[in-house]
Amino acid sequence: MTGSEFFQRDRTLHPPALTPNYKTSVKRSPQHALLSLECSMSEMTGPRFGHGDLGPLDNDLIRNYAHGGEPVGERIVVHGRVLDETGRPVPGTLVEFWQANAGGRYRHKKDTYLAPIDPNFGGCGRTLTDAEGRYHFRTVKPGAYPWRNWVNNWRPAHIHFSVFGTGFAQRLITQMYFEGDPLIPHCPILAAIPDREALAQLIAPLDLNASIPLDSLAYKFDIVLRGRRSTLFENRLEGN
Amino acid sequence: MVQPLDYIRETASQTAGPYVHIGLAPGAAGFAIFENELGRDIAGPNAAGERIRVEGRVFDGTGAPLRDVLIEVWQANAAGIHASPEDPRHGEVEEGFRGWGRVISDFDTGRFAFETVKPGAVPGRGGKPMAPHLNLWIVARGINIGLSTRMYFSDEPVANAADPVLGLIENPARWPTLIAAREERDGMALYRFDIRLQGENETVFFDV
Ligand SMILES: [Fe+3]
Repeated sequence: MTGSEFFQRDRTLHPPALTPNYKTSVKRSPQHALLSLECSMSEMTGPRFGHGDLGPLDNDLIRNYAHGGEPVGERIVVHGRVLDETGRPVPGTLVEFWQANAGGRYRHKKDTYLAPIDPNFGGCGRTLTDAEGRYHFRTVKPGAYPWRNWVNNWRPAHIHFSVFGTGFAQRLITQMYFEGDPLIPHCPILAAIPDREALAQLIAPLDLNASIPLDSLAYKFDIVLRGRRSTLFENRLEGN
Repeated sequence: MVQPLDYIRETASQTAGPYVHIGLAPGAAGFAIFENELGRDIAGPNAAGERIRVEGRVFDGTGAPLRDVLIEVWQANAAGIHASPEDPRHGEVEEGFRGWGRVISDFDTGRFAFETVKPGAVPGRGGKPMAPHLNLWIVARGINIGLSTRMYFSDEPVANAADPVLGLIENPARWPTLIAAREERDGMALYRFDIRLQGENETVFFDV
């Protein structure tokens, strides 16, 4: 199968590069307009991954860094589908995720927050979507944590996601938030998203039907990547 | 009333944050968790073509290097073929060639470096060839949505002059921001490529 072009990205739903209330963006945001490119082979193609790339515990954050015990925290399952803008599932694509532990501390040599490291929690995982675009993983709910922006900024509990799709132009990194978190309206990073519906799309609802009784609560998070144009008329990508 | 079109909207981007390494390069974050950390070898052992090394830094608008940046590289092989089913010739790439990798800057100096093979020309739109180039995608704390750019090669002046993407840049003074300068070191081709997010000599970034 050869690729077709992507829909134009709707940049009005994404945060702009410069969002002064998120201070680090001030000097890390390009000032020139982006140069619009029509899709070529360089953007329509992208890396593919297979089960051989992954280990058996990669989607189980409760066990993939266990050192003689289980991580502290509220056990949860996160599940959902990766779709494109036409609503079609994106099968076999790599989804990666990382997060703080239940106390809001990252296992990272640069994180110095006073909450303790959990000896049984690494805080990262990855999986491939199945034929229907579904993914799931098990973890503990991350804690909120303070960060240096204004003096009293706290990140709402969140999980970072990285998704590939089928073409490099679909590459996306985002964050998932939890329904009902009172910190959501106070977060400058979330408020960088100008579109209310686009912001709401990052908040995962509690999914009691997918919870495991007496074991884990569940949250559902669907991710939508850019769609590809269907070729109703031959396009001129490959010669005239 | 009109009928709905039934499209759904792309998920909004959010910054990769300062701890992107945990998820995408955990060894750099300071712990071993995955048997196979992805993206460490761009070209693989069997790739044909010239082996090259690329070194550089990513600067912010104050001229300071980013020490927490992650760059993904995507490229064709020396014959101009991508290891992706979307490329009609993908079956011809060398075994083990993925053409994709992850590169992080040093936490102290901000320097990044990676090795790969020099890609060949890639067919562009309308059959017009594109000069050899690497596609780069840059994420970090303070970057709300990943930045796309390309690295071209200084030793390809003829191909670069005819490249349809470089040709879109109206101000020729901005061309050099996408062209890596070739040197030799220890018998290996070394390309220097700095990226400037903002300010004087700001790199050209694309809306792809
Ligand atoms: Fe975070």
